[in-house]
Amino acid sequence: MEHKLLDKIEIPHDRFEIRLSGSGGQGMILGSVILAEAIGVDYSKNVVQTQSYGPEARGGASKADVVVSTNEIYYPKAMQLDMLLCMTQESMDRYYADLHKDGVLIVDSGLVKNVPTETYYALPFTKIAREEAGHVMVANVVALGAIAAFTGIVSKEDLIDAVLKRAPRGTEEKNRTAVEIGYAEAMKVKKDPSRRAGD
Amino acid sequence: MVDTQRTLLLGNLAAVEGAIYAGMRFYAGYPITPSTEVAEGCSRELPKIGGRFIQMEDEISSIGAVVGASVSGMKAMTATSGPGFSLMQENIGYAYITETPCVVINVQRGGPSTGLPTKVSQSDTMQARWGPHGDYTAIVVAPSTVGDTVTETIRAFNLSERFRTPVVVLMDEIIGHQRELISLPKPGEHQVINRVKATVPPEEFQPFRLTANGVSPMAAYGEGYRTISTGLTHDPMGFTTNEPKEIKVKLDKLRNKIMDFRSEITKLRVEMMDDAEIAFVSYGSVSRAVLLAVALARSAGVKVGLVQLYTVWPFPDNKLRDYCQKCHKIIVPELNMGQIVHEIRRVMPPDTEIHSLQRYDGEILTPMQILEKLEEVM
Repeated sequence: MEHKLLDKIEIPHDRFEIRLSGSGGQGMILGSVILAEAIGVDYSKNVVQTQSYGPEARGGASKADVVVSTNEIYYPKAMQLDMLLCMTQESMDRYYADLHKDGVLIVDSGLVKNVPTETYYALPFTKIAREEAGHVMVANVVALGAIAAFTGIVSKEDLIDAVLKRAPRGTEEKNRTAVEIGYAEAMKVKKDPSRRAGD
Repeated sequence: MVDTQRTLLLGNLAAVEGAIYAGMRFYAGYPITPSTEVAEGCSRELPKIGGRFIQMEDEISSIGAVVGASVSGMKAMTATSGPGFSLMQENIGYAYITETPCVVINVQRGGPSTGLPTKVSQSDTMQARWGPHGDYTAIVVAPSTVGDTVTETIRAFNLSERFRTPVVVLMDEIIGHQRELISLPKPGEHQVINRVKATVPPEEFQPFRLTANGVSPMAAYGEGYRTISTGLTHDPMGFTTNEPKEIKVKLDKLRNKIMDFRSEITKLRVEMMDDAEIAFVSYGSVSRAVLLAVALARSAGVKVGLVQLYTVWPFPDNKLRDYCQKCHKIIVPELNMGQIVHEIRRVMPPDTEIHSLQRYDGEILTPMQILEKLEEVM
């Protein structure tokens, strides 16, 4: 079918769109809130965070979008992702199609085995959280550290400030470590393109 | 309360900020997704400013407590979603007939029944107007952003106090569960309206006195006035009546106190309508998808505009007709099976082509879907 109108329309690339996806309980929504708060300290930017989840407390698909722009953000949900984080195979299969052709794909290599592209970053966030950061629960924060390194959308310092504002008392050091490790591991992968795919 | 500077605020908490700004000091409710953060916010903030928060045993008692607090002189509010909104209808009707100011926030989710607790919908648009049985006129406002939610909740309280009537704030899951960077209003930035209080000597007081504008000065229980609240149809003294003449006077009062002042209540956002040949008419979160679609279509040379309803009820018949008079086609995107579109059909001249664009699978209409519809009707 010929699209007289649709063919003429190009969605302007004045937005940076991020999606964190996984399953309920992995902290994707909280992770997106922290990320939005960290980005929001820059007064030149507008930020909108939205989420989508099921009625279950744990399990079920969970995703959260963060849209960043220097212009007014009309439509609050993501349309063509500039960055997609997948913490489960299901979220990988479900959301890969929403990624822009130049978008950055980041996966938890311990949990996502089939990736439909060769250009992506992979780090075992959940394993790192369990073995190096002290608790599996901070896997989302390890991933946030990596997102800061891979995209540069937020500085490591602003991210740590935002994480610590949300961290329950007594978990500050664990959370700070999680950001640091995620950031450092991602920088290693970023500098060494041969390590880009797989871990 | 959050500092008066730019802050990343959740839509549901924006409703709390707006309500407290407007003077709300009593909240009764029963938690339900996707409205729960309104209750959580009120439970945190109200005790700090001398207000009262109470979690009731269900939604029926929640709205009952809200009506009770209001007739005792407080600005009161509750928040809920579909199933709870259905349960509240009887007591909302009681608030209409007793002319009790109060605000009910409905953060809409998919239905009917338990439906889709975490999914967006606009399928309570007609229920918000016609929920309780009987003849009455409802005021319903609908924000579309987190910032709007603050101002529309303030406006809901002002309208409620000004017209002595319940006002529904029709939100939805996307607005309620979305965070945006906004600046909270400073004291004095928005007008805050308080109900007109009784000033006559107690022996002359009539709780439902007929006045020029239809709104009767109110006395709170305990202020020394004899005042009556009954769900039975009543005369100006508040006494039950079966007299046809008095019944008609009461029902006319419920309608006219609002409809005679409709221009004070109507609020629209009008974008790019000056030379528009095709108009979108929308309300709530879907308006944001429309706004982007309109901007993109304009950049491709299509003469299209948006009329967004901030006041959904009473329906802005005349203003809509004025803004759309040059449009031969109107598209009405809604997250339901077509509700407000029937009002637009009622209002517009019969030769206007009116298209309903519906989505009711728990997701929001995307700008591309809206553009596809535009292309189809062009």
